[in-house]
Amino acid sequence: MGMEVKTVWKVTKKNVLEAMNKSERLDGRQPFEHRNIEISFGVSNKAEGSVKVKMGKTEIVCGIKMNTQEPYTDHEKEGTMTTSMELLPLSSPNFEYGQPTIEAVEIARVIDRGVRESRFIDFEKLCIKEGEKVWGINIDLATINDDGNLIDAGALAAVLALLTARLPVYDEAKDKISFGEFSDKKIPLNMENMPITSTFFKIGDKIFIDPTREEEDTTDGRITMELSKPGKEEMITAMQKGGEATFSQEEIMTMAEEATKIFKKLKTLIDESLDKFEKGKK
Amino acid sequence: MSEKSLYTERADGRKLDELRPLHAEIGVVPNADGSALFAQGDTIAIASVYGPKTLNPKHQQNPEKGVLRVHYNMLSFSVGERIRPGVSRRSQEISKVTEWALTPVVMLDELPGTVIDVHINILQANAGTRCAGINAAAMALAHAGVPMKELVSAVAVGKMDKTIVADVNKEEEDFEDGEGATDMPMAYLSNSGKITLLQLDGRIQLNKFKEALEMGKQACKKISEVQINALKEFK
Repeated sequence: MGMEVKTVWKVTKKNVLEAMNKSERLDGRQPFEHRNIEISFGVSNKAEGSVKVKMGKTEIVCGIKMNTQEPYTDHEKEGTMTTSMELLPLSSPNFEYGQPTIEAVEIARVIDRGVRESRFIDFEKLCIKEGEKVWGINIDLATINDDGNLIDAGALAAVLALLTARLPVYDEAKDKISFGEFSDKKIPLNMENMPITSTFFKIGDKIFIDPTREEEDTTDGRITMELSKPGKEEMITAMQKGGEATFSQEEIMTMAEEATKIFKKLKTLIDESLDKFEKGKK
Repeated sequence: MSEKSLYTERADGRKLDELRPLHAEIGVVPNADGSALFAQGDTIAIASVYGPKTLNPKHQQNPEKGVLRVHYNMLSFSVGERIRPGVSRRSQEISKVTEWALTPVVMLDELPGTVIDVHINILQANAGTRCAGINAAAMALAHAGVPMKELVSAVAVGKMDKTIVADVNKEEEDFEDGEGATDMPMAYLSNSGKITLLQLDGRIQLNKFKEALEMGKQACKKISEVQINALKEFK
């Protein structure tokens, strides 16, 4: 890395820290305040489900594509799921073509784990014929504009796309999917297990959410918490620490408390946008 | 325990907070600048350290501090069903989180322009491989004489149904009754009390999570003693 880049980075880090020490963000937000979130459905009519999520200037699209395949030998009665994240060079001067970087791999794996571990998807209902044929769900994410917090924006997009997807028409006898023709069957979901993701970032001793790219690049580390609420209380279903920062037990418990508050807020947002989506179809 | 759990006795008879038998060895790879083996029950990891050495190509060098690179790999025969040799998405992620777990203790500011390569290989896997890898790697770094603030110790804490246990084995990881299994690998710095690795999958209530963190801390302190003893005895 060249010296010039480092100098810029240092100045920004100082600015971000100074603002944080006055309990301010560079854009005036509170530490646990999201940027404006905008959701729009139907990015591609070829996809079984698709959505665009904007968090401030960060913009991510997610498409669901289904396929049929043999089940894994240790889960013969269950459908499958894969998650990919493309950090498109179109969306940032920092992204390049080539093999997925560790950054992209990690984001996809954290989002995948959030959906999988929450038991949001009822994989057994995706079985077509035990041991022979099951549905596979591909959750494909791509960045359109990167302005930070890609894990949370991507995780939200994945959940919304899953919620609104329709299975394609499928002829079981011929094992043929008619792509582009949609049945009225949804992906089988356990609604009470809906996962909601919050990533907490740390700079110095300050903790906050939803950083812009400028803020995120100056952070020392992060912890992602993915929650769902299968009963009376929220449960943590997946977690990941990233970056070189160290965290105290107290800091981690503060994040967990905040994550339950964010859970409620984002759950309401998801419910409202689904409502609009359903009304829009009529 | 106030609430009844479906997991009251551990499959291998251990107490809830009891670790599997630990075994630590230093200097298992003569070629390396530092190396160690760490076993937690049936899980065996070896780690070797090469460096600090000059980082090439030169443009990758950082004039202000050294670079720590971690490579985690499971040998194809370390698990039941053979895994394809080479780098996977899983191993890439584990390499990265291991790097993040170790970097905070390595005094990289004192090693500008250099790289330290840490290679972790899993010989035999029975859950908790990333933790055994971190434990071995921390000892290998110390053996190599790399300047460190303190050691890093790691353990996977689990929740089987409603019961929190330390150092989860494979059988426990696959527990399916009640609330099922939650797996929480963590790394802890016993001197400064900081957490440097934290991952989780499963489902856990906030109060149980707090309990799990506490048990993990205590378990890591025990692991740290084993690591320190092995290093002392080697000298």
